[in-house]
Amino acid sequence: MEKTRYELNKELAQMLKGGVIMDVTTPEQARIAQDAGACAVMALERIPADIRAAGGVSRMSDPKMIRGIQEAVSIPVMAKCRIGHFVEAQILEAIEIDYIDESEVLSPADDVYHIDKTQFRVPFVCGARDLGEALRRIAEGASMIRTKGEPGTGDVVQAVRHMRAMNAEIRRVQSLREDELFEAAKQLQVPVDLLRYVHENGRLPVVNFAAGGVATPADAALMMQLGAEGVFVGSGIFKSGNPAKRAAAIVQAVTNYTDAKLIAEVSAGLGEAMVGINENEIALLMAERGK
Amino acid sequence: MRVGILALQGAFVEHAAMLDRLGVDHFEIRQRRDLDVPFDALILPGGESTTMGKLLRDLDLFEPLQTSILQGLPVFGTCAGLILLAREVEGGIPCFGTMDICARRNAYGRQLGSFHTEQPFDGLGSIPMTFIRAPYIRSAGPDVRILARVDGRIVAARQDNMLATAFHPELTESLAVHRYFLDMALSLAA
Repeated sequence: MEKTRYELNKELAQMLKGGVIMDVTTPEQARIAQDAGACAVMALERIPADIRAAGGVSRMSDPKMIRGIQEAVSIPVMAKCRIGHFVEAQILEAIEIDYIDESEVLSPADDVYHIDKTQFRVPFVCGARDLGEALRRIAEGASMIRTKGEPGTGDVVQAVRHMRAMNAEIRRVQSLREDELFEAAKQLQVPVDLLRYVHENGRLPVVNFAAGGVATPADAALMMQLGAEGVFVGSGIFKSGNPAKRAAAIVQAVTNYTDAKLIAEVSAGLGEAMVGINENEIALLMAERGK
Repeated sequence: MRVGILALQGAFVEHAAMLDRLGVDHFEIRQRRDLDVPFDALILPGGESTTMGKLLRDLDLFEPLQTSILQGLPVFGTCAGLILLAREVEGGIPCFGTMDICARRNAYGRQLGSFHTEQPFDGLGSIPMTFIRAPYIRSAGPDVRILARVDGRIVAARQDNMLATAFHPELTESLAVHRYFLDMALSLAA
């Protein structure tokens, strides 16, 4: 039995389940995240809230900075490349990143095509707002999906919307007759074989995390109760008053996401949450990038 | 037979699916009160060992589980679970430290080093083995029985009530290693 590289990459995502992946910008932050119980870190030069504030073009991080983080921790290290920028992805593969996030948080490099991720040996995670986007990214070779949410806002509303939309569509696809799948695939603009998998299994063929706007243990548990298999936390941790404590609390809330008493305990006295901006106050909707 | 699966983080549902196929009763351990009902064996799944180690302590699971293992509870650790059992972890801090092995983490490198193979396992013939950012056992004490090697590296071992594999049998079709563990647990109980 020969397993493909793609299967091994999907299986790494399985190992991350039930965990929290944290954005970090320095080796020091990476160590804080690991000590707090992060199951992986996302290495980037600026967290989404600062990318949003800085404006301009946002690109892949300096490989030197990513290497510094790789050397600082034993957990998997992920990094972002721009949508469609396959050379940034080649560079990240060359420095043996554990997972590439082809991310709408950075400025898109291509407004039509995503990266052909089947050409890479390293795994990719991609953002999606609904089932169609998720299955298109999987068809292109993504081995893990996350909601887009709205990064850098501390506002969970869009992540909730995307997770609900995806799961509602999955339930609808499950309820279809076999002979209706062809038309559904046409409408969703996705390959019919992937849609058949969803029809038969009631889930995506890869692991599905929540991301974009998660700022509190309660936000993280909300996403888990809505069906996420784990959580990305970007700006929410290192933009808050006590990053180490908040990070550890979010990790515990994800493990025991149905235990309100425990979540109440870990939510107590966390200090200031990131200030946050709501979706009506922002000019740039990153989730609109890459459909 | 009732098997507890540590479900703090990682690939615990994959183990549950294997036990379902074998018709064995199981439950998830996420916090202290989950230990109130007695159980006969424990599985420590794959995932991140630092995450699980931290949560074991934060959720007051470390001491009761370590005590149970020391008292002879049959335990099976895969990948991160192997690291949790190891007495020594290169460049890291041991967790339970109950098994006389030294573990090397991320021993095959980063994700590009992950691989699948089929190799002999003591008494089971050739079985499929999936390694994901896997450790291996760098050295083992005299009471540890080596069960499998890949390219000369120790990837499966047993000491008394403890079974550890660097690979993930729960990611393959083969039930052989889970069956081996359950047989081991039954013979210890007898």
